[in-house]
Order: sequence, then C-alpha cells, then structure tokens
Amino acid sequence: MTPQLDFHAFAPEIVLTVTIVTVLLADLFFADREWLAAPRIATIGVLAALIPVITLAVDGGNRVMFDGAYVVDNYALAFKGLFLVVAYITLLLSVDYISEGDYHRSEYYFLMLTSVLGMMIMASARDLITMFVALETITLPTFVLAGWRKHDTRSNEAAIKYYLIGVLSSAVMLYGMSFIFGFSGSTLLTDVADFIRQGDVPPLFVVAIFLTLVGFAFKISAVPFHFWVPDTYEGAPTPVTAFISVASKTGGFVGLVTLIYVGFFPSVDSWQPILWVLAAASMTVGNLVALRQTNIVRMLAYSSIAQGGFILVPLAVAADGSAAQASLQAVVTYLLIYAAMNLGVFAVVIAVARRTHSGEISSYAGLGQYAPALSVLMTVFLFSLAGIPPLAGWFAKFVMFRAVFDAGTPTAITLGVIAAVNSVIAFFYYAAVVRQIWFREPAVERRPTMEVPIALGVAISLCAALVIIVGLYPQLFARVGELAQF
Amino acid sequence: MDWFDDWALTLAVFLPVVGMVILLAIPRADEQLQKIVALGTTLLTFAVGIVILFRFDYDNGAALQFDVNQPWIDVINSRYHMGIDGISLPLLVLSMFITVLCVIYSWNHFPEPHNPKAFLALILLLEVGMNGTFAAQDLILFFVFFEIVLLPMFFMIGVWGGPNREYASIKFFLFTLFGSALMLLSFLALFFLSDVQTFDIAELSELGGSGIIESTQTLIFAGMFLGFAIKVPMFPFHTWLPDAHTEAPTVGSVLLAAVMLKLGTYGFIRIALPTLPDGAVNWAPWIGVLAVIGIIYGAFCCLAQTDMKRLIAFSSVAHMGFIMLGIATLTDFGINAAIFGMVAHGLITGMLFFLAGSVQHNFGTREIRRLGGLLTQAPKMGWILGFTTMASLGLPGLAGFWGEFPVLLSAYQPAAALSEVTFRVYMVIAAIGTVLAAGYLLWMLQRVAMGKVSAEFADADIHDVTRIEWITWTPILVLVLVLGIFPNLLFETTNASVTQLTSVFGG
Repeated sequence: MTPQLDFHAFAPEIVLTVTIVTVLLADLFFADREWLAAPRIATIGVLAALIPVITLAVDGGNRVMFDGAYVVDNYALAFKGLFLVVAYITLLLSVDYISEGDYHRSEYYFLMLTSVLGMMIMASARDLITMFVALETITLPTFVLAGWRKHDTRSNEAAIKYYLIGVLSSAVMLYGMSFIFGFSGSTLLTDVADFIRQGDVPPLFVVAIFLTLVGFAFKISAVPFHFWVPDTYEGAPTPVTAFISVASKTGGFVGLVTLIYVGFFPSVDSWQPILWVLAAASMTVGNLVALRQTNIVRMLAYSSIAQGGFILVPLAVAADGSAAQASLQAVVTYLLIYAAMNLGVFAVVIAVARRTHSGEISSYAGLGQYAPALSVLMTVFLFSLAGIPPLAGWFAKFVMFRAVFDAGTPTAITLGVIAAVNSVIAFFYYAAVVRQIWFREPAVERRPTMEVPIALGVAISLCAALVIIVGLYPQLFARVGELAQF
Repeated sequence: MDWFDDWALTLAVFLPVVGMVILLAIPRADEQLQKIVALGTTLLTFAVGIVILFRFDYDNGAALQFDVNQPWIDVINSRYHMGIDGISLPLLVLSMFITVLCVIYSWNHFPEPHNPKAFLALILLLEVGMNGTFAAQDLILFFVFFEIVLLPMFFMIGVWGGPNREYASIKFFLFTLFGSALMLLSFLALFFLSDVQTFDIAELSELGGSGIIESTQTLIFAGMFLGFAIKVPMFPFHTWLPDAHTEAPTVGSVLLAAVMLKLGTYGFIRIALPTLPDGAVNWAPWIGVLAVIGIIYGAFCCLAQTDMKRLIAFSSVAHMGFIMLGIATLTDFGINAAIFGMVAHGLITGMLFFLAGSVQHNFGTREIRRLGGLLTQAPKMGWILGFTTMASLGLPGLAGFWGEFPVLLSAYQPAAALSEVTFRVYMVIAAIGTVLAAGYLLWMLQRVAMGKVSAEFADADIHDVTRIEWITWTPILVLVLVLGIFPNLLFETTNASVTQLTSVFGG
C-alpha cells in the first residue's frame, strides 16, 4: 500500500528542497554567473516557499498524512511561516558577511536552507521518529555553520562544543524515546497519549519522559543544559549565531510544545515539575550571569537563555486550571515576537562590528553620536527585549503572565513572581548597552559615519517595523497565537 | 462638532506623535524649525485641551465624556477605550499646559549636550504617555501609557542630566519598572478573578470587586499599591526621586514634578480605590501612616538639604504625603482636596523647579550656602520666588492652601469604615508638617533671596527674568492666584465624579 500524498500540503517543503538542490548545482556548473549566485537563488526559494504556506492557511483545515505522523494544521503553518521569514532575514544578514569572507559561499546557503527544511518538518511532526529526524536535520548543518571561520580557533571551539553537546543530547533523547516506544508500542504521539490515559504508567516511563525532555532542554538551551551556549554564540559567525539563537531554538521549542501537548499532556506530574524548574533556573541564571558580561554576543547569549526561560513559563503551567489554551497562545506569540526582536538586535551587532571590529559592550560608547539611526533601532530592540511598552516585547511578557494567572495555582503564581522579578533584573543589562550608546562619549576620535549594506539595512528595518507595529497593535501576532492550536 | 467629541482624546494623545515624526524628519542643523514644530504641536494639543474644557458637560461631571471605545487586542479582551470625567479633566489639561511651557522655556536654554531635536522629540513622546494615562479607560491601555512615560524621562536624565546622571536615570527606571511589573500582575489577577472578565476600568469600578473575597482584594491591592506608591513616590519608596530631580535638566524636573508624580496618585483614585474597595479600606490606615511619615520625613530632609533642587524634591515627598493622606481618608472631601493638591502641587512645584533652573543658569550653582541677595541682584526673580514659596507652604489665597488645609480637615472625619482616632492622630502630625513646611521654605527663601549678595557673585553678570521666562511663568503664576481665590473652579469639576467614587465607602 502506498501512502496518499497531499502535494499541496507538502508544497513548502518541496519548494525548499528544490531550492537546496539548485543552490548546490548552480554553484557546481555555473559558478561564474553572478545572476545565478547562491544567495539570490536561496532568497527566491525561501520567498517562493512562503506562497504555499499562505495558500494552505487560506484554505484552512487540517491535512493529516502518514497515519497522523505528519500534520499540516494552523499550528504547523504558523511556525512554517515564521521559519521562512526568519530564514529570509538571516539570508539578508549573511549576504555581505559571507561574501566578504574568503570561504565557500554556496555551501553556506545550502547548509542553512537544509536546517530550515528540518524546522519545516518539525512544525508538522507528530511522531517520535519524524521529530528526531527533523531535529537532526535542524542541528547537523548548524554544527558546520558554527565552525564556518575555519582559521579562527574560537570558531573551531564553537563548532566542536556545539557538536559534542548536540550529539550527547540527541543520544539522551533517543534513549528516552526508545523507552517510550517500548512501553506504548507506538511512535505516534497520539498513541503515546492514549497509552498514558489508560492509567497504568510504569515508573520507568516517567524516566523516559524525563530523558526526552532533557534532550530538548539542550536544544532550547535551558539551564542547567546551557553550557555550550555562550562559547558557541561568541565563536560562531554572528549571522549564524542569530540563526541558532532564533531559528534553531524556535525549532526546539516547536518540538517540545508538540511533544507536551500532543503526547505527554495527560501525564502532568512527570513533565510539569521539570519544566517549572527549567523555567525558573533559566530565567534566574541567564539574567544574573548576563549582568556580568562585557562582550555583547555573550551577553545576548545569556539573554537568550533567560528569554528561553520566559517562554518556558507558560508551558510549565499549561496543565493547571484552564490555562492549556492560553499557554499555547502565549508560547506561540512569544516565539513570534522573540524572533523579530532578537534577529533585530543581532543585525545591529553585525552592522556595528563591521565598523568597530569589536564585540565589547564598551565599544558601543557614543554610538548615538556617530550613528544615530542605528542607535535608535538598537535601543528599540534592547528595550523590546526588556519588555518595555510600547515595543513588542511587552506583549510577549504580558501573554506569559496572563497564562500564569489563567492557571492560578500557587505554584504557577510563584513562577509568575519569579518571572516578574527577573524581567526587572533583565532591564539592567539591556540598559547597560543603551547607556554606552547614549550616555557616554565615543572612545576614539569621532568615527566616520557608518555605512550599512542595503541587505543588512532591510533586515534591520523589517525587524524594527515588526517590533514597533506589533508593540502598538499586538492583535496581529496575538491572533496568530490564538489560531495556532492543535 | 460631533466628530470632535469622538476624536478629541485620540487627537489629544496622538498629535504629539505626529509632531515627533515631523520633528525627526527635520535635518539636525535646522534648530529653529525644530523648535517651531515642537511648539506648534504642543500648542495644537493644548488647543484641543481648551476645546475639551469648553465642551465638557460640567453638570454631568461623573459620566465618562468624549468616550471612544474601539477594539484593540481582542484576543485578551482589551479595548482602545478612552474617556474623561471630572477627575481626569483637570489633570489632562494640566499635562498639556505644562508641556507647552516646557517647550517655551527650553527655547534658549537647551542643556548640554544641546541636541534640541532629540530633546524636543522626547518631550513630545513624554506628552503622549502622560495624556494617554489620564485618558485611558482600559487597564492594559493605561499600563502601556504609564510605561511609555519612562523611556523619555530615562533619556532626559541620562543624556542631559547632571554629573551623577547615569546612576539617577537607572535608579529611576528600575524603581518604577519594579512597581509596574507588580501592578501588571495585579491587573491580571483582577481580570481573572472578577465576575466579568474585562479590563475596562469603568466596568470594573461598577463591579466594585464583587466576587473577590476581602483577603484576595487586599493582596491584589498590595500589587497596585506598590506600582502607584513608587510612582507617587511615597515613603519608603521615594529614594529615586531626589536623585532623579537633582540630576534631571530643568524641564525634566518640571515635567517629573508637575505631571509624572500625579500618575501615581491618579492611579490610586482612578483604579485602585474603585475596583477594590474592600482592599482599599484595609489598606487605607497603612497608606495614611506612610503618608504622614512622608510629610514629616520629607520636611526634615528638606531642612538638611544644601542644594536648592534637592530641597524642592524632598518638599515634593512631603506634599505628595498630603495628597495621599487625603486619598486615604476615602471621603469625597479628602479626595477632592487631594485632586486639588495634585493640580496645585503641579503648578507650584513645577514653578519652583523652573526658578531653581534659572538660578542655576544665572549663578552656575544651586548650592544654597553660596547664594544670597537674589532680591538685590534680580529683584523680579526674587519676588517670584517669594510668591511661589508662599504658595507652596499653603498661604491662604493661593492654590497651595486648598490642597493642604481641606486634607487636614478631612482626616478629622474619615470614611465610616475607618478608625476616627487613627486618622485624627494623622491629622495632628500632618498639621505639624505644615509648620515644618513653612520653616524649610521660608529658610530657603531667606538664604537665597534675602540678605547680602555673596562676595562670590558680587560682580557677576546676573540677568533678571528674561522675556522667555516671563512668557513661561506668567500663566502659572496667574493660575496659582486664580485657583487660590476661586477654588470652586476645580472643586466643582471634580466633585461629581469623586462623590460617585466614594459612595461605596459610605463617606
């Protein structure tokens, strides 16, 4: 029996796959023709893949394939759209950075798009094996991308650390998944949920859930599984860091959310306490360590750990009271907003580093005097990350708190208070950069005006527009979060 | 003019945004045009305010007027709901009025590092937040406007401030951010626990916390209390204020004192009291005691200050203590007086900060010890200082009196649910505070304005009040006098809303 294929449902993945192959082949045979340059093909492919995502969304309805292992619903489409937009912005960030280095160009785009393909699959995966394959497709290319600057020892270190931890976490996760399959007799998440509902869940099954969650905790860099993050972020080329911290992390979150909501949900006691601890630890440790950083990328690394903690908060209270729907809404909305503001901040870091050749926070001193526009946008992104209205970040934090209060249990409220205190602490290190930019004098003689390449400028403007518009009219993303239910 | 009623508040809040965008498009070198655009925008906004003043239905002051209610964030049941009643009206107009004066005063006095474009843009953004807070009728909308105010003030202090500006700006921000985070949590708790899940302030006030048990109300009130009390600021959360005021540029101090502090007290009156009446009754004695401590503590701190601006800042702590005491009585008499106090304090303390700024500009210092004989060197400025000081210490016939004396009277007979003895003790202590206020203010006046010109500045070239300063100050001085003689202008505006508000407290 051959499976029934719904080509419309697969169209985004197919377009992306064709693009990936074209990028490689074009480089092989037509390397000297500029109009067939890899970034151009990649960009067109990514935007073309968005079209079927939109038509599928307009069409509506759930498309279930492979006995429920692969589902295209609103949840999947929301994230597919997000991943493609993130990929587009990352391409804009990369173009000048990669073409100015003397390394292979097309391989970079090939690897990045392959990772995006993994994310697209992850959004639809409702089966343990599909999820595992998707996760590996996401991470394997990023190991290579992290080590892109071959002659830089830091870049090598970044790649090796990322690789070792990544493989370890995959092994742990796979081990846990094998137990789950062993007990429930199926890899389909819905079957796993049915097995849990039947009642007699053996203790080892709880261990299996724990191991699977630990695997994902590495991917989303939750404390205490975060040790690779600062070194990898600092060593990797900055566009790759932006990609890892936004796209790859979101990929991990998408998998985790599917796993919890579709599979493990009935077994509340086995996953909720773990997520509670991960959330509290990630927020607190991430924020406190970020306070001490002097390098902007390391600071953003810890900031992204802390943001991951905030995103975990609604998940950790999802089973309390009537919070399930509000929590899912909160996670989706937060991830959308996080993508816009974090990509934006990295885009500015790339733009500034082109001129200053430094990643130290002190090198931002007086930026406001010689690059006012860039400085205003950087301020917008940082304050958005800090959650200050009227920038999008406030709404992300708001929906998180809303989920907490919808749950309403004492443990949930406790987590909410921890989150509230943390969001105040977080302001301090974001403001440290803002203070350098506006309150300090430039260290060297007035630097010449900063030239921002067009692609980078477009990326920054896109992110800034999103952050400001969503901040003023949050309904835009909130509606997506509301629709993206299982 | 129906379209005006629908659009009035939206215009009042968002005209400054339009001005800001135009301002940002002007090249940096063209300073004259920047100033004109900023002035034009604030004047236009103020004109909207004047028309609102005339079209406001005073016989129906308790009802929400100029009501706008449009969908905003459906997903969380939050709406773009704006409206004003007798309580918001004077504060909204005060905010517009002071902003215009601040732009005029800045005309030739841009503090270092100059950059009028950014400075004026921040003033306009600040006005958006201030006007919006006074007009918002939805908790989330209120929260957003309440927070918008922080950013411009943060930069105003941090970029144009005094030597210790970085510390002062971050302290200011962290304090208020902490308070508003807890305030937001309270809003959410209120949303989920109310009988009707809504963020609409009017609806929540009508519900009056029904369905929420008293102990929970007290807890939710605690969160709001922190948010608003830090903003007011009440003792012991006031420590950011002297630093922020001392370091801020003159205009920043004026806006901070005249309008921003009122956001906290307004929050108490608009949100905390009506939505959580049981919580308010439980908290009122504690608010009262902190208010009274603030009055006495602020006064003693004033006596110890050597810097003019810092002294005025601490006097703000004391004055805000009176306002909070009035609110804590939960009576219509007390709250009417508190609102009067808010307007009067806004005008008078704003004026004092203007004067401190001009003294600093003239003498290059605000150190009281080094000053003296202002009346000899700049007699007009000296007399204005004398007049404002008298208003500030509550001389009958000037506006300050009506913010202070009725508060004391109201504490004699607080709302039925509250202990009379406690509040009468507060009344006596607060009355001592008025004596201390006279003490520190007159002492400052004596040392700064009277006596001989200090040798240091004997030959200095001191300007008396300039034309720009006359234009800025005359309206304030006139208003202080007019409100002092005809206090009913204000009392009659606020009374209907306040009576409606306090009816739940039986006072």
